[in-house]
Amino acid sequence: MTTKPVLLEMRGVRIEGRADETWSDIVRDIDLTLHRGEVLGLIGESGAGKSTLGLAAMGYTRDGCRISEGSIRFDGIDLIVAPEAERRGLRGRRIAYVAQSAAASFNPAHRLIDQYCETPVQHGVMSRAEAERDAVELYRRMRLPNPGEIGFRYPHQVSGGQLQRAMTAMAMACRPDLIIFDEPTTALDVTTQIEVLSAIRDAVRQFDTAAIYITHDLAVVAQMADRIKVLLKGREVEEAPTREMLSTPREAYTKSLWAVRSHARTEQPPAPASETPVVSVRGVTAAYGKVPVLHEVSFDIHRRRTVAVVGESGSGKSTTARVITGLLPPSAGEVAFEGKVLPADYRQRSKDQLRQAQMIYQMADTALNPRHRIREIIGRPVEFYLGLRGRALTERIRELLHLIELEPDRFIDRLPSELSGGQKQRIGIARALAAEPRFIICDEVTSALDQLVAEGILKLLDRLQAEFDLAYMFITHDLATVRAIADEVVVMKDGRVVEQGPKGEMFTPPHHAYTELLLSSVPDMDPDWLDRLLEARRQGKAGAEAAGESAGN
Amino acid sequence: MAFLSGAMWLAAILAGSAALAWAFRAALVALLPATAARVMRTAPLTASFGLVVILLYVVAAVFADLIAPFPERAVVGAEYLPWEGAHILGTDNLGRDMFSRLIYGARNTVGIAVATTALAFLLGSVLGLLAATVGGWLDQGLSRLVDVLMAIPALIFALLLLTIFGTSVVTLILVIAVIDATRVFRLARAVAQGIVVMDYIEAAKLRGERLPRLILREILPNAMAPLVAEFGLRFCFVFLSISALSFLGLGIQPPTADWGSMVRENATLITFGDVTPLLPAGAIALLTVAVNFVVDWMLHRASGLKE
Amino acid sequence: MARVWGMVAQRVALGIFTLFVISLIIFGAVELLPGDLAQSVLGQAATPETLAAFRRELGLDLPAHERYLSWLGGVLQGDFGNSLANRRPIADLIGVRFSNTLFLALYAAAISVPLSLVLGILAALWRNSIYDRAVNVATLSSISFPEFFVAYILVFFIAQAGFFPSIANVSTDVSFGERLYRTFLPALTLTLVVTAHMMRMTRAAIINLLASPYIEMARLKGLSPRRIILRHALPNALAPIINVIALNLAYLITGVVVVEVVFVYPGLGQLMVDSVAKRDITVVQASALIFAAAFVTLNLIADVLSTLSNPRLVHRR
Repeated sequence: MTTKPVLLEMRGVRIEGRADETWSDIVRDIDLTLHRGEVLGLIGESGAGKSTLGLAAMGYTRDGCRISEGSIRFDGIDLIVAPEAERRGLRGRRIAYVAQSAAASFNPAHRLIDQYCETPVQHGVMSRAEAERDAVELYRRMRLPNPGEIGFRYPHQVSGGQLQRAMTAMAMACRPDLIIFDEPTTALDVTTQIEVLSAIRDAVRQFDTAAIYITHDLAVVAQMADRIKVLLKGREVEEAPTREMLSTPREAYTKSLWAVRSHARTEQPPAPASETPVVSVRGVTAAYGKVPVLHEVSFDIHRRRTVAVVGESGSGKSTTARVITGLLPPSAGEVAFEGKVLPADYRQRSKDQLRQAQMIYQMADTALNPRHRIREIIGRPVEFYLGLRGRALTERIRELLHLIELEPDRFIDRLPSELSGGQKQRIGIARALAAEPRFIICDEVTSALDQLVAEGILKLLDRLQAEFDLAYMFITHDLATVRAIADEVVVMKDGRVVEQGPKGEMFTPPHHAYTELLLSSVPDMDPDWLDRLLEARRQGKAGAEAAGESAGN
Repeated sequence: MAFLSGAMWLAAILAGSAALAWAFRAALVALLPATAARVMRTAPLTASFGLVVILLYVVAAVFADLIAPFPERAVVGAEYLPWEGAHILGTDNLGRDMFSRLIYGARNTVGIAVATTALAFLLGSVLGLLAATVGGWLDQGLSRLVDVLMAIPALIFALLLLTIFGTSVVTLILVIAVIDATRVFRLARAVAQGIVVMDYIEAAKLRGERLPRLILREILPNAMAPLVAEFGLRFCFVFLSISALSFLGLGIQPPTADWGSMVRENATLITFGDVTPLLPAGAIALLTVAVNFVVDWMLHRASGLKE
Repeated sequence: MARVWGMVAQRVALGIFTLFVISLIIFGAVELLPGDLAQSVLGQAATPETLAAFRRELGLDLPAHERYLSWLGGVLQGDFGNSLANRRPIADLIGVRFSNTLFLALYAAAISVPLSLVLGILAALWRNSIYDRAVNVATLSSISFPEFFVAYILVFFIAQAGFFPSIANVSTDVSFGERLYRTFLPALTLTLVVTAHMMRMTRAAIINLLASPYIEMARLKGLSPRRIILRHALPNALAPIINVIALNLAYLITGVVVVEVVFVYPGLGQLMVDSVAKRDITVVQASALIFAAAFVTLNLIADVLSTLSNPRLVHRR
């Protein structure tokens, strides 16, 4: 691979951004070498400067940013000193870009094919008629349905996964030497993600295009990249060929990224049949207005057990939580707490019923009132439910901060904006604990967090469960998290429970077709995973085939 | 030539106000505690100019009795005296001291505008926050009502209501406040709707918090920044509306010293090339400019901090 | 497309309904009048006979809803009743004046709309440049000026120098060119006030638009700045720009009131102000209704046009 000529070379690149009248570094000291036909994975947390660096490879900076040091050479052309006209000639023709949100990046006023043809026609590569024929060909390769016709639709008439493939096709239009993929599958569901990933990879291979693949998902980058570069806060941590990086990471930070998936709790045996479940959801059917969202959903959650509710966006898992908490009264069915049926509307529930069931939210940023200090955020439920005041209240708040492993003296008078993401999520947990509940709903609590931090949160939740005898309902779309924390799994699709049972059973075949599809679609950290999966699906497992069709719409 | 001298005057005024603003900012940076000083240091000159002007107006309004050399309503000389001697800005159409009336105007005109804005805010923001938080029929009802009221142009609506209820200061305040409250309602509701969907509000609802606490403790603190900025903008609007009505002879009634009416009373002088009637009009313009400069800076800061 | 026309029809229906409610408010407000209308118009000296005659003439002896219906019926046929002050038919008073007002508003719009769109778009394109900052300060100042301040400054500097008349005296027999000349200062006043508003709104709308990901995508496709503006920004800028224009035209319609008084221009605004002073309620009602109708109609047109320019609505799934 290294025998191929160098296509892109960055040396000592430093990019600054302007905020509040001063310039600060976004990335610095970046060296990067990319050979023809090679795919480089760029990974890091949000804010690590991945996108900025990807755009710099096109000689482009966003408004309020500037490249202040270093050189960027593309095929011998210095992109920093080259006149704008020359850079413009390269963009779209020799270096193309695929954005994270295709829905926002396609112009709503024009049809897909018009936007496709624009690049080759404007750069004088093809005539309009040629470009149209070519578009259909590329749409076919991207495995878009109705390749001959789909281009004549407007962006809002096409689904997200298809738009992302159409955008990749558009990037391919001039057969560029280099494509920048900026988190192209982040906004998609796992089952849709597979199709986009495989389409992108095939196209890149067929045309021997070099690529920079930007993502925060290790397993995805493992499928796509020949080499991986890890970024942290605008600086390079390390770079190595994919297999080497996965098997023997050198730096502590990289190791921590890999180590994450090691946490697994000891699975609790199923609760005895005679035990009254803490929460039972019985035959719940619910609708938003006239749109039905839940059909006959039933499951139980027992003391000291964690039930993971799994499904893709729109499957009804969060709606189920809204029914349990009483925010959305069901049109049929009921929710019982320790055997007693709860009023359907939270406004009709007693203070004690409200106290017993608490909730932890996905986005800690929006879950904590930004104008309240930690003292009030945690103290309010204590004061409200348990009537503590003055010194007793302060003591209890300090105790709760201890429980979530935050130093009381340092944190008690802070505002949420003065905390890190993980710390905010811990405060969210403390607020739930403050009510001294029996049951906690955890709604995607780790999905907005970096992986190492998420690991810490899962361990904390595990410990608290044992200490306080809690029952958890854990909503997630991430099967790795399910493996780590669940005792029982409920799989949901289109508002229905597709399959449920103990974790051990759920992760061993035979599965329901949809569970199979869902399980198999979650990328592994193994670079060969996608190849094997595609091979297996090509062999034609009947179940996967059928489910694949329904998921691909 | 009037045009050229005007341009020179304009340049001199601009340079003078820039210097004033610069000095004021430097003084504030030196005098204020560290955190406030840091905020002031990045303030643009326009904003510090606005602050200076607002401060001057407040001083004029509060100490009007001490500053003004003559009483507000007394006839102290001949009509339309020139800018000489004891009457530094001359006298008006009835022979009252122009300078004194300008100073008292700060108290009357600005005072009434502030009172009106405060009332409009109280009404509009309480209802707006309530509508967004409670939702349902209350929200629907209030919103439709406001839609209809806003479909009538504000000045026209004010004219209609003033015809019916007569032109006293109290009706003026009430009429303008009610009309403006519809605009405040719109904004307060929109801001609160953005906050109500936040998870921390859901958490507070599920905790079982009552409505007053929900609004006052959970929502209001987060809505303050846009509401304060809106207060500035609404003040400008109210102030201009009241001045316009007074100018039309339908607002604050004589013999109260009021800038809008003062322009009207002395307008004839303009055609004789006398600049005096422009002074009260300029006083109105200057304050609105100042408030707008400060609000613009606040909005800019708020949007900058969000990113 | 059928869906879109359905939406348009819905908007129009809503507009008509709004007008109906406004007519109710305008009519109903008079019912709130403290005391007896006839008494307050004719004064304490009026004899019981004249009072009764006055009431009969205005139909005050009828129940409110009957009076409303006959008033509305008259309005729909162009009959606004008679003035309380001079007993002349209001329609005669209003006809010429309303067309004068429209003329002035259109005159100002013809200058200010193209001017402010161009200047506003330039400010957005050259964001944070010296030009942009100067525009910000200048427009911010000028939206803060009361209309009569701007008007008198123009009178002071321009009319004093003898370029244009400070009294916009027009009658029906004046030629079009002469009319443009005589109404130049009022039109310029309105233009100055409204241009500042419109420029600021245009700038904000365009900046908002240029920040969208599809504009960045167009840049990253290597398209020329010209093409990005014409083909990618403009089609999507239509709706916000239409709204800006409509909002400011509506503003112009009420802005004329003060300007007409300053320049003694025989328009509807001046008539309304005079009638308010005389408490000539029937004329005030009629003028308020006409102003409100113009305002609602403009907003309705803007609403319909921006619906029609939205590809997401025109090309349904």
